[in-house]
Amino acid sequence: MKLTEAALSEQRQKAAQAGRWRRLPLIQSPFLRLALWVGLVVYLILALSSVEVNWARVAEGAGRGLEFLAAFTRPDFISRWDDIWAGLLESLTMTVTSTVIGVALAVPVGLGAARNIAPLPVYWVCRGIIAVSRTFQEVIIAILFVVMFGFGPFAGMITLAFATIGFMAKLLAEDIEDLDERQVEAVRATGAGWWQTLNHAVQPQVMPRLIGLSMYRLDINFRESAVIGIVGAGGIGATLNTSINRYEYDTSAAVLLIIIAIVLLSEYSSSFVRRWTQ
Amino acid sequence: MPVSTSPQGQPQWRLRTTKAQWLGYLAWLAGISLFLLCWKVISDNTMWVFVEDAGRQGTDLISRMLPPEWTYAHQLWLPMWDTLNIATLGTALGIMMAFPVAFLAARNTSPHPLIRSLALTIIVSSRSINSLIWAMLLVTILGPGVLAGIIAIALRSIGFVGKLLYEAIEEIHPTPVEAIAATGASRMQVMSYGVLPQVLPAFAGISVYRWDINIRESTVLGLVGAGGIGLQLNASINSLAWDQVSVIFVMIFATVLVSEWISAKVRHAII
Repeated sequence: MKLTEAALSEQRQKAAQAGRWRRLPLIQSPFLRLALWVGLVVYLILALSSVEVNWARVAEGAGRGLEFLAAFTRPDFISRWDDIWAGLLESLTMTVTSTVIGVALAVPVGLGAARNIAPLPVYWVCRGIIAVSRTFQEVIIAILFVVMFGFGPFAGMITLAFATIGFMAKLLAEDIEDLDERQVEAVRATGAGWWQTLNHAVQPQVMPRLIGLSMYRLDINFRESAVIGIVGAGGIGATLNTSINRYEYDTSAAVLLIIIAIVLLSEYSSSFVRRWTQ
Repeated sequence: MPVSTSPQGQPQWRLRTTKAQWLGYLAWLAGISLFLLCWKVISDNTMWVFVEDAGRQGTDLISRMLPPEWTYAHQLWLPMWDTLNIATLGTALGIMMAFPVAFLAARNTSPHPLIRSLALTIIVSSRSINSLIWAMLLVTILGPGVLAGIIAIALRSIGFVGKLLYEAIEEIHPTPVEAIAATGASRMQVMSYGVLPQVLPAFAGISVYRWDINIRESTVLGLVGAGGIGLQLNASINSLAWDQVSVIFVMIFATVLVSEWISAKVRHAII
């Protein structure tokens, strides 16, 4: 028999008066709760049994792990500085160009993917672009573009721009779908055309968020530019990859510290820019 | 909004003052110059012969990918299961570690400003370093395999879950916390009866969201030797078996779509 809401709460009241109060569980149905627990235990047994660990290898590597941690106390910026600087410059330029190009391309796609202003066929095409761009990891896309465009930062730039399109367009489209309809209607009531409505009713409403998201994406693109170098798409990732493969942990530590510093810097400056534009 | 007066003595409305307008132009000029400068660096480092060839290479690539070699899919079930395990166990491990870190990082639950800044440092460093880099490091330490992938995903997840969770903790209602504290409850009791119930739904939502992202991330960890379907992807690419690569892509695409659907469903149910 299923208890009604009122009866349940009365039961809880009585329990509380008898001093047997219990916190309300996150999942109400006790059956579902039990099923979830059983499923979880079964899954954990199955999953953990598929993890094979070569303990001899781990013991051997543990020393290397400590060595790596120790490297953070004495990062070596100097001996490979030329490589680090070249990689860093490539990463930073890739970040800027890819964000600009990506955002510029994401705006039309985002407009097309907003159900309230785009016709249905356009909507489906744009949603398809977004789905493909968001599904695949940047690294996978980088592999394909490296095959097409050759090694170097150009392939990396295209990769990041492509990933930016999916990210920005999705959020922009959601923003446009949520916008205040009254302003759109007011502008349309003056006899404005599609472009004029876009320019005077839609754009002012989404612009602050668009700028904020672009800054956030700049941050993400820099972080991603540090990995696509592993598959040959330029940037600081290549430097990092080489230093790890050569067990030069002092240099790796230096590169990682630089990455963390730049991410911190961009995080602070982006919050500053967002406050300034809003 | 500035109003200036025209020579005829009529007030004119303008969106910005002259100064603000010039500042705007200057910002645009600086932005465009920066973009062009960056573009120059990239174009100097690019082999343009290869770029001109890209269209032909692209069509060649697609023609090699089609038709996909569907029989290859049977060899992919086990790597796919590994990928799912990396993502799920990694997320579980990550949120277990992120949970205390978030409480130490939130302004209203942190015991000491010094501990708070330490927790924030953990969160930032974990967020700055991609899971692929974590995996690369862990493979050299632990050796190739699923375990390195799980730990890489976990270390990366700490920052994401920690950041969102500590923001959720900072936004809680203070009244229930004060009410519990007024009954004479200890610090831990206040946490468990005043703070925890308020952030639990957000916590569950964030975890499922991160799991969904981790499925995507774990598909490539194999490229550096950390197990999962990425190993197969790497092998197929290295042997130029592009018709197998397309099967893997279809598989990843389907898995990510399903995980996204599950994550959206669960978050709707909780929040």
